[in-house]
Amino acid sequence: MVSNLTVGERQGALAILIVLTLCGLVMAAAAAGHGDPMEMHGYLVMLFSLGVMAILLRGFLAPPPSEARLASYYDDPIKVGIIIAMIWAVFGMIIGDWVAWLLAYPDATFDAAWASFGRMRPAHTSGVIFGFGGNALIATSFHVMQRTSRARLPDQLSPWFVLLGYNLFCLIGISGYFMGVTQSKEYAEPEWYADIWLVVVWVAYFILYMRTLARRKEPHIYVANWYYLAFILVVAILHIVNNLAVPVSFAGAKSYSLFAGVQDAMTQWWYGHNAVAFFLTAGFLGMMYYYLPKRAQRPIYSYRMSIVGFWGITFFYMWAGSHHLHYTALPEWVQTLGMTFSLMLLVPSWIAAANALLTLNGAWDRVRDDATLRFMMMAAVFYGLSTFEGSFMAIRPVNALSHYTDWTIAHVHAGVLGWVSLIVFGSFYALIPWLWKRERMYSPTLVEVHFWLALSGTLVYVFSMWNSGIIQGLMWRTYNDSGTLTYSFLDSVVAMHPYYVARAIGGLLFLSGTLVGCYNMWRTIRWSSAISAAAPDELAPPELLPAE
Amino acid sequence: MAVRERDPHSGHMTTGHDWDGIKELNTPVPRAVWFFLSLAALFSVGYWILMPAWPLGRTYTKGLLGIDQKSQVAKHLDVSATQKANWASRIAKLDVPQIRADAALMAVVREDGHRLFGDNCAACHGMKATGGNGFPNLVDADWLWGGDPQTVAHTIEVGVNSGMEGSRVNQMLAFGRDGILDNDAILAVTAYVQSLSVPSSAKGQAAQVNAGRAIFAANCEVCHGPTGRGNQAIGVPNLTDTHWIYGGDAPSIYTSIYGGRQGVMPAWGQRLSAVDRKILTAYVLDLGTKQ
Repeated sequence: MVSNLTVGERQGALAILIVLTLCGLVMAAAAAGHGDPMEMHGYLVMLFSLGVMAILLRGFLAPPPSEARLASYYDDPIKVGIIIAMIWAVFGMIIGDWVAWLLAYPDATFDAAWASFGRMRPAHTSGVIFGFGGNALIATSFHVMQRTSRARLPDQLSPWFVLLGYNLFCLIGISGYFMGVTQSKEYAEPEWYADIWLVVVWVAYFILYMRTLARRKEPHIYVANWYYLAFILVVAILHIVNNLAVPVSFAGAKSYSLFAGVQDAMTQWWYGHNAVAFFLTAGFLGMMYYYLPKRAQRPIYSYRMSIVGFWGITFFYMWAGSHHLHYTALPEWVQTLGMTFSLMLLVPSWIAAANALLTLNGAWDRVRDDATLRFMMMAAVFYGLSTFEGSFMAIRPVNALSHYTDWTIAHVHAGVLGWVSLIVFGSFYALIPWLWKRERMYSPTLVEVHFWLALSGTLVYVFSMWNSGIIQGLMWRTYNDSGTLTYSFLDSVVAMHPYYVARAIGGLLFLSGTLVGCYNMWRTIRWSSAISAAAPDELAPPELLPAE
Repeated sequence: MAVRERDPHSGHMTTGHDWDGIKELNTPVPRAVWFFLSLAALFSVGYWILMPAWPLGRTYTKGLLGIDQKSQVAKHLDVSATQKANWASRIAKLDVPQIRADAALMAVVREDGHRLFGDNCAACHGMKATGGNGFPNLVDADWLWGGDPQTVAHTIEVGVNSGMEGSRVNQMLAFGRDGILDNDAILAVTAYVQSLSVPSSAKGQAAQVNAGRAIFAANCEVCHGPTGRGNQAIGVPNLTDTHWIYGGDAPSIYTSIYGGRQGVMPAWGQRLSAVDRKILTAYVLDLGTKQ
C-alpha cells in the first residue's frame, strides 16, 4: 500500500508521524510523575505513530507509483476503512452486550474500576457510533465522492491522514474511558487533547472532500454528496462548540467546559441531537442515496423529493435539540421550539425514507431475492419508524412518560441497529465485491443469515425496551388514592429484570449476525480463486486523467 | 450531455443527470408532502401563539393560554397536598400504637410505607426488610436497639454512628487488629461465642470453649453481659440467639472479633418529614407482626 504513495507523500507522511511521535512524547513527559492518565495517552500516541511509521518505512524505498494509477480511483484507504469499521463493530457490540447482561445481572463483572458500567457504557457508545459508524462513513464517503464526481481523490496522503488520524482519536477516547477520563458530556466524552486532534483531522477531511468535489467531472453534485458534506461540516461545528473547555493544566487530562448550568445542558443537547442528525442520519442518508439505487439498479424516485428532504432535514434538525430537556430548568419557550421543530422535522424525514422505498419500485423482486438490497430496504423502513418515534417522543406530554426510561434506549437502538447498522451492512455487502473485484460475496447464504439475525436481534431488543420503558414510565407516575406514589424506584428496577434479559438476548443475536458478517467479508477478501473480471464500474473513464 | 429519458417502469421522465450509473426521476413532490408540511407548520404556529415560544430580548412571548411549567407543577403539588391532607394531619396527631389500631390509617401506612421503605431503606435492609450481611433483619423478633415504637422512631430519626448530633453511637473494638487478643485467644472466644448460640458446636472442643469463657468474661462481658445476652440500651447484640448481623459461623465470628464492628445507619431526621418517619415506624413494626 505504501508503494502507491508518491515519494513526496511518503516523506510528508514520515514528517507527520515524527511530529506526532514527538507530540506523544511531550504529552507523556508533561503528565509523567503525577499519575495523570494523559501519560498513558502520550505513550499511546507514540506507539500508534511508531506502528504506522514501521509500515511506512517497510515500503519507503519502493519504486514510485506509475502515472497509470491516476487513471483509476484510489481505493486503498476505503478497503482499510471497511476492515477497521468491522473490527470496531465487533468490539463495540461485545461491550454493549456485556453491559446489557450487567444490567440484568449486576454482579457479572470483575471487581475492577475499568469494568464498571459507567466506564464500559461510553466505550460501547463510542465504539459503535464513532468506531463502527464513523469509519463506515469515512470509507464509503471516499468511495461515493470519487464515483459520483468521476474524480480521483486529489492526493494519496490526506485520505490516510483522515482515516488513521480519526482512529487515533477513537483509540484515545475509548482507552480514556477505561482509565476514567471523561468530560461527562454524552457522546463528547473525550478530553481536550483528543478533541483538538479531532478538529485537525476533521478539517483535513473537509478540505479533502471539497478538493475532490472541485475536481469533479460531473456538472452537478449528487445528493449523496450533499449529505456527506452536511455531515462533515456540521459535525465540525458541533464538535468545536460543545467541546470548548479550559484544561486545568496542559500537563493533565482534566478540563472544565466553557459553559455552565442550563447553558451547558442546552449546548450539550444541541450537540447531542445534531450528532444524531448529522452523524447518524445525514451521513448514512448519503450512503443510502448511493448504494441503494446502485444495488437496485433503479433511478432515484424523485430528484425534487431529494431536494426538499435534504433542506428540510438540515434546517429543522438544528432547532430540535432542546426536546432532550423537556420539564427541566431549561426555559419553557426553548422547549416549545424544540418540540414544534421536531414535529415539522417528521415530514422531510419521511420524504427521505419514502424516496428510498419508492426507488425500489420495479425492483421489489430483487429485494425479495437479494439480502444485500433487503438490508438497505429494511434500513429505510427503520429510518422511517425511528424518525416517527423521535418526533412523537419530542411532544412534551409524551416525553413526560418516555423521558429517563428505556423507551429512549428502544428509540436509539431502532435507529442505530435498524437504520444505521443495516444500511452499513447492506452497503458493505454491495461494496466489498466491487472493491476487491469479486463476482459476489463469498456466501450469499451467510448474508441471508446475517440479515435475519440482525433483524430479529433488533426486533427483540426494541420490543423489550419499549415494554420496559413504558412500564417504567407508568410505574414512576402511578399514584394511589391516598395521593402518594404507588411504587418505589426499586419496584421498577425489579420489574425490568425480564426485559433486560430479553434485551441482552436481542443484542447477542445482533452481535452474532455481525460476527457472521465479518467471517463472510473476510472469506470474500481472501477468496483469491474467484477473482472475476473487473466490474465495469471499476474502470475509470478515460477522461478521468488529469487535464494537465 | 443531459439526456432526459422516460423510465419505462414508472413512466416518469429522468432529470438527465447520470452519476456513476445512478439516474434520477423528475417525479413531482407528492401533494401529501406539501399538505403534511403545511399541517405541521400550522400546528406549530398555533402552538407558538398559545404557549411560551419565542425569545424577545430579555423576555419571551408568554402565549395566550398563560400556561407555564412552573405554575403547572405548583398546581399538581397543591392537588397532591389536598389529597394527603386528611390522613397526614391525623398521622401527625396520633402516636404509633394509635395509628396501628386504625385500619384506615394502616391502609395508607402499608401503601405509602412500602414506597418510603423501598426508596430509603431497602438499599440496605432489602425490599422485604429481612436485612443481609451487615444489615439487621427488621422483621424478626430480635432488636439491636429495642423494638418499641418510640425506640424505633428514635433510631430512624438519629441513625446509628451517623455523625449527626444525638446519633446513637456504638463500637465493638478490633480485638485482633489492635493487639488486644492474640490468635489463640480469638479462636477460643470464637468457639465460646458460637456455643452460646449453638450449644452443640461445643462438642469436642470443651477445652477451647472453657478457655474462651474466661477470655469472654475479661473482655466481652462488659458490653455483652455475663450471659452474652447483650444490651439494647447501648445497641449491643444478643449472642445467644440465632439472629446474626455479620454471620454466626466460626469464620464470621472470628472476623467480627478480629476487626471489630461499627455499623452505620444514616439519620433520617433531616431527610424525611415527621409524618414520613412515623409512617415508616408503623410500617416496619407492621411488617414484623405480619411475619
